[in-house]
Formats: sequence, C-alpha cells, structure tokens
Amino acid sequence: MEAGGGVIYPPLASLGLFGDAFQFVFSGREAETGGVTVGGTSQVLDLAAKQLEVTVLALGVAILLALPIGLVLGHYGRGEFLAVSAGNAGRAIPELALIALMAAAIGVGLVNLVVALAILGIPPILTNAYVGIKQVDRASVEAARGMGMTEAGIIRGVEVPLAVPTIMGGVRTAAINIIATATIAPLAGILTLGDFIISRNVYGDAGVLAGAVLVALMALAMEGALAGLQWAMTSKGLKLNRS
Amino acid sequence: MVEPLAAVDESFFTDRSNGSCIQDNKLFCPGWVADNYDRYVDPTLQHLVLVGSAVAAGFLIAFALAILAHRHRFLSTPFLAGTGVLYTIPSISFFFLLLPVTGRGALTAIIALTAFNLQIIFRNITTGLRNVPSEVTEAATGVGMTRTQILWRVELPLAMPEIIAGLRIATVSTVALATLAVFANGGGLGTEIVTGSNITFKTGIIVAGSIAVIMAILFDGVLLLIGRLLAPWRRVAA
Repeated sequence: MEAGGGVIYPPLASLGLFGDAFQFVFSGREAETGGVTVGGTSQVLDLAAKQLEVTVLALGVAILLALPIGLVLGHYGRGEFLAVSAGNAGRAIPELALIALMAAAIGVGLVNLVVALAILGIPPILTNAYVGIKQVDRASVEAARGMGMTEAGIIRGVEVPLAVPTIMGGVRTAAINIIATATIAPLAGILTLGDFIISRNVYGDAGVLAGAVLVALMALAMEGALAGLQWAMTSKGLKLNRS
Repeated sequence: MVEPLAAVDESFFTDRSNGSCIQDNKLFCPGWVADNYDRYVDPTLQHLVLVGSAVAAGFLIAFALAILAHRHRFLSTPFLAGTGVLYTIPSISFFFLLLPVTGRGALTAIIALTAFNLQIIFRNITTGLRNVPSEVTEAATGVGMTRTQILWRVELPLAMPEIIAGLRIATVSTVALATLAVFANGGGLGTEIVTGSNITFKTGIIVAGSIAVIMAILFDGVLLLIGRLLAPWRRVAA
C-alpha cells in the first residue's frame, strides 16, 4: 500500500482502525473491560490453533462418514435421491441455529461442536462424491471390469482418480463451511479466533477487526492448501486433457 | 463473554401461558410460540430483505461479469479467482472487514452476503453459456443474427436452466447465512437466535431456525417454478 514511499511500517496511527488491529495482533492492547492486556501473538496463535483443530477434526469426521457412502452409492448408481437431496437440504441448515441449538440442548464442549460442524460438512462431500463417481465414463468402468478388477478395485483404481476434481470440490465446500462456522464456536464454549469478533466488549473494535482479518486469512490459506492438494491428487492424464 | 446485541426484553422469558415450560427451558414450548409468534414478523421481513437484496445484487454483478467473460475469454480466470476469494472469506469475517468502511448495519450484511453469492451465480452462468452447442450458435450466425442477438435470444435462453440452478443454490445458502447478520447488527432471524447475551433459549432457536429453513424451501420452490416456466422445452425432453 505504502510501497512507493519506501516506508515499510508507516506510523500505525495513520492507518486508523487497521493500525489498532495490527497492534492488537502483534503486541496486544488493554481490554475494553480494563486491566488486563488482550491480543498479542500468543493469544492469537492459541485461538488460531484451536480454530484449525476443530476445523480439521470436523472435516475429518465428515469425510470419514460421507465419502465412503458417496463412493459406494455412486458406484452402484443407487440412492440418487438421498445423495442429491442431502446436498440440497444441507445448504438450508442455518449455521447459527445449528450451533446455538447444539450448545443449548445438548451442551457445550469440543465433541458437541465437532459433531455440529461435521453435520455441515457431510452434505457437500456426500453429494459431490456421488455425482463425481456417477459421471465417470461407464466404458472405463466396463473395461476395468473386463480386465478382472474387483468392484472395490474399480472404485479405488479407476473411478476415484477420474472423479478427484468433483470429490475435492465437495471437500473444499465443506471445509469453507466448517471453518466459517468454527468462527462462532465461542457460542458453544470453544474459544476460536471468532472470540475476537464476538466478544467486542472485551477486545474492542481493534480486536474485532483483527479477528476478521485473521479468520479471512485462515480460510483463504486453507482453501489454497486444499486446492494444492487437489492438484497433487489429480492424475497427470487428467491435467493433460484439461489444458 | 457474548456481548449483548440488543436490549434484552425481560418479558421475553416469562411464560404467559403454560407454567414452567419456559422457566425449565424445555426443548420446545408450543404455548410460548402461540403467544409470541408476532415477535417473529419483523425479523422474518428483515431476513427477506437481506436475502432478496443480496441475491439480486449478486445476480446483477455476476451476470455482468459473466457476459464480459463470455465476450473476452481471458477475463474468465481472473473473475473466477476474484469471486473465489470473496466466496471463501467467511461472511462473519467479511462483516467486520467492512466495519471501517460501512460500519454496522443491514447494508454491511447485504454487501458481505452479495460477495458470497457472486461465485456461485457467475460459475453457473458461464457454464450454461459454455454448454450451448456450437452448432446452435453457428446456425444463428447463419441466419444473420448479430452477436448481441445470439447472446440474448439463443445463448441465454438455452443457459437458463443452469442460471436458475445457480440462483437456487445461492438463494438457499444465503437464507441460511443471513442468520449471521445479527453479528453485524443487520437484523434478520439471527436476532431471535442470539437474544441478548443469551443463546440458550431453545424454543426461540428452534422457531427462528425453522422459519429460515421454511423460507429457504419456499425460495427454492419458487425458483424451480420460474425455471420450468422459462425453459419449457426441458419438460418435453424430460
């Protein structure tokens, strides 16, 4: 932004609220409630680690539950109604109501939170796995069967590699939903980076803005990492075809 | 830890009809709902405005971007990347990134929800346009249609099912996401989920969440119908 002037760190005050947020992240500020210092790198890293932890756990649970079902249903071409309407219905779940109800009716805590977040991740993974496998050219599947591959072998060796872009599309959608919703996890008693955003009475506007920037960066980093993973998992042949 | 977002209405938690249900905070208190359904009218209307504005704005911008990318193919990649970033940034984070610019309120929420929508709609419009068979556009050129005529009279009508599919996904997702607008002081059904400093009122959460789900289903059904009307040939083919 200030690159032309040759000044690397302009006085933070001139950046207004962004300067305050910068200070909040790197050195901490006095809490709005007075007394203690909040923010600073150690608290930021703690909360970021917690947000990553719940996201990875929930995504892992969602993948473990939804992916095998999606792959098998897609392979046999059964349960289209289930797989597709799960995806549609999943989008309609209001994240805030889900987290709030989970916390109020079943209780706060890590396990409950991970279950609630996994529920958000299951629909896109299930639907995309189903659609991805079903769209694989039947001729390729027949050829594999003719060569004597088992049904499980066909799923693993032929269908999944060809469906990687669609399957990973579902995983990425799930990851975005989960990390975004993990931001309101403090409502369910687990402090993530969202605490900076939600507890404005403690952290002030500087903390709110810092939290917003950190959550955005974290979501973008995660999406970038998954896009890279997808690229690494896609077979060379598919990449050649595409370009 | 949670900041009071609105003045807490004390009468809210006192049950007027059936004794201890509210005091015990049972999972669902129908008596309370019967007595208090009127409090959901305003949040529901606010929610409709949030979703309607965000999807309408998202559609207009994404439509313009898609037409540009259709004419100039090289724009497609940067548009996809740009809308992808906006889609990835969590809405709740987006609300507060806008804090220094637009402050708190419904406008902030609408901008963030619009930003979320763009990629879903843009992707579907461009896919729809790309899937129009080249024979069809060549035939249209052959009978003397200009590029603009082909776009509006041939390509867009044929892409209609994809476009409507994108709008359905965007609308349903936005109805769910708009519950978060409460954190930006943007109103909507979220105000009945985060009531004051308290998110433990189960009946209230269930009612507000259910209204959001029903709203999503209704929007989806209406768009499905519009899609059928705008693409009658689909019914013949199906």
